[in-house]
Amino acid sequence: MAKATEPEGTQRELTMSRAMVEAIAAEMRDDEDVFVMGEDVADYGGIFDSTEGLLDEFGRERVMDVPISETSFVGAGVGAAQAGMRPIVELMFADFFGVCMDQIYNQMAKNTYMSGGSVNVPMVLMTAVGGGYNDAAQHSQTLYGTFAHLPGMKVVVPSTARDAKGLMHTAIRDDDPVVYMFHKRLMGIGWMPAPDGPKTGVPDDDYTVPFGEADVKREGSDVTVVTLGLHVHRAMAAAESLADDGVDAEVVDLRTLVPLDAETVLESVRKTGRLVVVDEDYRSYGVTGEIVARVAETDLGALEAVERVALPDVPIPYARPLENEVLPDAGDVETAIRNAVE
Amino acid sequence: MYRDVVTARHYEERLQEEYLEGKQPKFDISAGPIPGELHLAAGHEPAAVGVCQHLTDDDTVTAPHRPHHVAIAKGVDLKRMTAEIFGRRTGLSKGKGGHMHLFDPDVNFACSGIIAQGCPPAVGAAMAAKKRNSDAVAVSYVGEGAISQGGFLESLNLASVRDLPVVFVVEDNDWAISMPKERVTDVADGSKRAQGFDLPGERVDHNDPIAVYEAAERAVGRARAGNGPTLIEVQVHRRMGHFMGDAQEYRSDEEVEKLDRLDPIPKLEARLGREGLSDERIEELREAATRRVEDAIEWAKEQPQPDPAEAYDDVFVDPPASTTAAEAGGDD
Ligand SMILES: Cc1ncc(C[n+]2csc(CCOP(=O)(O)OP(=O)(O)O)c2C)c(N)n1
Repeated sequence: MAKATEPEGTQRELTMSRAMVEAIAAEMRDDEDVFVMGEDVADYGGIFDSTEGLLDEFGRERVMDVPISETSFVGAGVGAAQAGMRPIVELMFADFFGVCMDQIYNQMAKNTYMSGGSVNVPMVLMTAVGGGYNDAAQHSQTLYGTFAHLPGMKVVVPSTARDAKGLMHTAIRDDDPVVYMFHKRLMGIGWMPAPDGPKTGVPDDDYTVPFGEADVKREGSDVTVVTLGLHVHRAMAAAESLADDGVDAEVVDLRTLVPLDAETVLESVRKTGRLVVVDEDYRSYGVTGEIVARVAETDLGALEAVERVALPDVPIPYARPLENEVLPDAGDVETAIRNAVE
Repeated sequence: MYRDVVTARHYEERLQEEYLEGKQPKFDISAGPIPGELHLAAGHEPAAVGVCQHLTDDDTVTAPHRPHHVAIAKGVDLKRMTAEIFGRRTGLSKGKGGHMHLFDPDVNFACSGIIAQGCPPAVGAAMAAKKRNSDAVAVSYVGEGAISQGGFLESLNLASVRDLPVVFVVEDNDWAISMPKERVTDVADGSKRAQGFDLPGERVDHNDPIAVYEAAERAVGRARAGNGPTLIEVQVHRRMGHFMGDAQEYRSDEEVEKLDRLDPIPKLEARLGREGLSDERIEELREAATRRVEDAIEWAKEQPQPDPAEAYDDVFVDPPASTTAAEAGGDD
């Protein structure tokens, strides 16, 4: 079973945004071809602090604010990558990808294949996902399933500062296009308090977290909870609260959706017999269905119970009681775990 | 016009106060009575009132993420709009849309929080008007940061080749969040973009409601007469951060200090005074605006919160059998 690549030490704790920036800065120092572009990435440092401080060190030629013209700058990332550079392109919110989807799913994702492998697109497309702060239907989506569904891009979703840094190093060095999706609530920004979980010890040195290796964030014997991003922390809270009642939940953090570490999930389900999949994306045709299907088609006999926790198929509403109703929280995860073990 | 300007300004000031309640001293976006982000439009009023004066309820307006001043000028129901911003059940969208997504079909007003994406639907409204031989027009608002967007440029082109009755209004406040205009475009006079589509373009260089009124009179007149679209760029000013909570560290102190001198409201009052409007009448209009705003806010705050089960309604007008609330919310 995969473990984080370095032992937990007494390293300094960083917020997830600091950890991401540290990896980007290290790669920029090492390789002149790495550059950052996006909306408000320079002076503002990224609306979610994902590029905070980079302008000071690297200047405007390597940390570029660009006009609000996603088709052109995401597409320019594709072109620059094909020309051998290593662009990191930020598009503030995953919800905005629609305006430039062609550049993402027809160019960035497919050029390697359509060229028979003669062209490749080593770029990182980074974006914020998630709700929980009442910004309504156009600013709160998670959309993991959308990007993992479309072939040709690797999809990364960190849940802790430590993973965020290692996954960012891997993403920038990867020769394929990588969609790096971070949850706003995990970043540790001043105006949006984060739970404690994502702020972790982070080694000073460069290190990579390999793609396709899920991480068991909590070991347990009764039920397997498979999740990612913010919901790793919700699942951990649910697991802790159930431990008092004698339910021992294992929490598997997928960390990357493409490639997907189905092996770690299977191993865990073979041990516990029960599977709960938790995701903040829409329920239908998404991550929860995919994980259940993978387990079922490989080892149907291992499954005694299955539960899914996801966003019901509604756009995310604005008012607090409505948003609370549809977004899965630790209580929803706890209920699902109880249902699975009953 | 003055009435709408001061209503919009007072409305923004009161929303700001309400919004910050519970979010201080440490700003936490998920605290306080108003949910979500809040983009205020103080300093943008002339672009709204100068244009909407020429419109009736049958004309369509699409607004972007900074919509309140335009909504007020277009005659959107102030009480229900306020209830929406407070996330209440009797709000325009039953608490589902929020401040960036205000819909009032009674006056044909709609919004989108995705930059420039209100332009194509405005073109569609104009197309419908033309097909039905009505003389209704459509007006679409964007910021100067939005003028590089495909949605905007493609709409200019489609409206132009089909001679559609659309007025595109660019509110140039010099900033797109932290991006100054000179880094967005090399064309300082945005109305020149119209030339590339062979349609008329005008720029109104200052926060001046009367000048906007006159430019809009020409543009709306042209549209109603079947002579096609127009682009108007209005120089306005963003008196606050991009959204509440934006400390604007990217903006110089000199610029921020200048904003009071550029405020359109004292300028308009001075002009009305010169034209013979008495101070008492101005005061009366101000008081009436204040009362209207206070009433709306008070009413909105008394409105009920939506019931959680209502989250599952309205996804479809005609919901498929499989998407009943129980099915959709299967986890609960
Ligand atoms: C397609 C898209 N890209 C980015 C954003 C994020 N965003 C929201 S407002 C804004 C700046 C808009 O500037 P401008 O059009 O000048 O309007 P202003 O806010 O100044 O009124 C940006 C980049 C968005 N909402 N939609």
